[in-house]
Amino acid sequence: MAIAKPTIMPPDFARTPHIDQVGVEERASRFTKRSIKNESKENGLKLVLNMIDLTTLEGIDTDGKVKQLCYKAIHPHDALPDIPTVAAICVYPTMVKVAKKALGDSGVKVASVATAFPSGQAPKDIKIRDTKYAVNEGADEVDMVISRGKFHAGEYNFVFDEIAAIKEACGNARLKVILETGELGTFDKVRRASDIAMHAGADFIKTSTGKIQPAATMPVTLVMLEAIRDFYYKTGKMIGMKPAGGISKSKLALHYLVMVKEVLGEDWLTNEWFRFGASSLANDVLMQMVKLKTGQYQSANYFSVD
Amino acid sequence: MAVTKKKTATKKSNTIKLKFDTSWTYAPAPESKSAATINKQYDLFINGEWQKPLSKKYFDTINPANEEKLSEVADANAADVDKAVKAATNAYEKSWKKMPAKERAKYIFRIARIMQEKARELAIIESLDGGKPIKESRDFDVPTAANHFFYYAGWADKLEYAFPNRTTEPLGVAAQIIPWNFPLLMAAWKIAPAIATGNTVVLKSAETTPLTALKLAEIIQEADLPPGVVNIITGAGATGAAMVNHPDVNKIAFTGSTDVGKIIQRAIASTDKKATLELGGKAANIIFEDAAIDQAVEGVINGIFFNQGHVCCAGSRLYVQESVAKEVIRKLKDRLESLIVGDPMDKNTDIGAINSKSQLDIINKYIGIGKKEGAEMYQSSCRLPSKGFFCRPTLFTNVAQSNRIAQEEIFGPVLAILTFRTEDEVIEKANNSPYGLSAGVWTDKGSKIFNMTKRMKAGVVWANTFNKFDPTSPFGGYKESGFGREGGLHGLLPYLNLKN
Repeated sequence: MAIAKPTIMPPDFARTPHIDQVGVEERASRFTKRSIKNESKENGLKLVLNMIDLTTLEGIDTDGKVKQLCYKAIHPHDALPDIPTVAAICVYPTMVKVAKKALGDSGVKVASVATAFPSGQAPKDIKIRDTKYAVNEGADEVDMVISRGKFHAGEYNFVFDEIAAIKEACGNARLKVILETGELGTFDKVRRASDIAMHAGADFIKTSTGKIQPAATMPVTLVMLEAIRDFYYKTGKMIGMKPAGGISKSKLALHYLVMVKEVLGEDWLTNEWFRFGASSLANDVLMQMVKLKTGQYQSANYFSVD
Repeated sequence: MAVTKKKTATKKSNTIKLKFDTSWTYAPAPESKSAATINKQYDLFINGEWQKPLSKKYFDTINPANEEKLSEVADANAADVDKAVKAATNAYEKSWKKMPAKERAKYIFRIARIMQEKARELAIIESLDGGKPIKESRDFDVPTAANHFFYYAGWADKLEYAFPNRTTEPLGVAAQIIPWNFPLLMAAWKIAPAIATGNTVVLKSAETTPLTALKLAEIIQEADLPPGVVNIITGAGATGAAMVNHPDVNKIAFTGSTDVGKIIQRAIASTDKKATLELGGKAANIIFEDAAIDQAVEGVINGIFFNQGHVCCAGSRLYVQESVAKEVIRKLKDRLESLIVGDPMDKNTDIGAINSKSQLDIINKYIGIGKKEGAEMYQSSCRLPSKGFFCRPTLFTNVAQSNRIAQEEIFGPVLAILTFRTEDEVIEKANNSPYGLSAGVWTDKGSKIFNMTKRMKAGVVWANTFNKFDPTSPFGGYKESGFGREGGLHGLLPYLNLKN
């Protein structure tokens, strides 16, 4: 009797690894002790800029706003030659078409949130339609939210199945799964949600919607990076990471890079596998880049606000 | 006796490998040496002033990271020791004993504050002279040393509350001999409680790391401490022996090797000298299968590689429950790759230089012994500087309880990994050591922590953490790790007679 065997057996998610809060916070703070100077800083800033998902997720978003943001994505600061573009623009599904057109063949991807972002409180079929709509409009990437209510109720299979269904609806688009860690409460649960998402088919796991505080923190990101590492060793499959919200300064972003370098290493130090979900970070990075070049900080007025 | 090496059967995990040698690297970030002043030559600090040694001899102290000479310091002989002890006796009788305790406290607070003001300079000198990473001397050694002075300054006029219904009386002159692994911090551990309780001190720093203690002498001078209350001298074993054997010394406080500790015990056996000995260790760090593994791994790394493993309470024996051994070892190996070994003055360095050539020889000897005993060695792939004394962080797996690398103190960045099955088994194995200074337990289960800590024969047991120090917390050993406690309220006791 031939029984189809899944290549990777999902584990019992009620028994995911324990995380010690004190230990995680200590380890995370150790990354911030690394001193990033000179060419290391210059290269780091370029990497950071290139990893940004420039984001606008507001009720007030319009075609005009999105177009302006797209221009910024391709031309972060024309006064500086030889700087990379950002990685992607992150918008609501209704804005995907506008963004896709504005970005053209620049290589900058369009990411769309979906699945009744940010709450995720909608029936599964609506979430699937939401996702398919975004993909049909041209989204290269889909940022979904998990059902935190079901997760807290212990219905891990529900959460798993939902992610798997959205993954299927994504087709060729890459799926980022937002755990909304600010609502999960403990690192143990962050780890559990990460494991569920990865086993269910996530291409990326992402901390936050940006609508809930706290959003991304270094300890939470560390827990997720370690989950990615364990999953990689177990399955050989790489999963990307996207901390989002709360990272607005270059120095902090460089600390995140240090963390990626020392936990996952070379293969993840690219925007294919690591992203920053941020809007104001880009200008701070640009300001630091100009400072490195000229030796002086310029006023914020020299950097475009989009 | 050679155990045949087995090839790891897990081909899959061989093909999956994280690459930590990344294209994005850290540029050098050296701390500036110019923020510290080191004299060409140092005399002995006796009776509040710098005195030429009667021995007329000096010896070099070098930077272990590049083998260059930093300075030369006096080699005190028995006559110099006698002079220092006389100064201490005199200061004890004439001023320190009689001084109101709250006045004594003011001096000690002043020392602590000046140490904080000069923190950067002290950290730089500590790293230059001893080889430890500037990150550690800056963030751990110097602030903790200053905190010890602050803490014991607070006790000076409150001894009647420390020991209710008893009258306290200082012992007299304390001869204090400190090791090279935490030169300034050990000086603070020794001096602060001694003078807070009204004793006077002759302190000898270690041969290879005399400079921060001499810098502390300058601070003591600046604090205007009455002459002779603290005398700081330099020298090697013979100087220490002269201190121990001096008839006017009332108390010996020693931190160092168990061998020397035994010699001291013998020397004072027929005297009424009191002693505190803080000696070697071979701490067991125990990981249970229900532990938070990633944090436990980090704790193990911190436990054995902190200060190049030159820590008496280093977690040098790792006991890991067999069901998670493979995972833990893989994680340890990955973590080893992200440790930065090199110039102690670089702010990004995690593991600095081995303190001396002779210590490096000892470590290498043990690495040889481990290989010969059939244990499997794993070292990080880092490049070592061509000059200076360096050692790659090293793991040994497949270690047996009977291996010498599992029994003897190596005092370097070398971890012996053993496995176990049950709680009872691991307690028996952990306690199966002539030492008993510290231990660590990693489990998510609270009841297990209490059960383990109760049954472990170790002076300090850390649970889900390691190498945590605080002036308020007593530290000391069981068995051949010594006796007496330093730090906390307990640390006052070795410097006092209690009367009714």
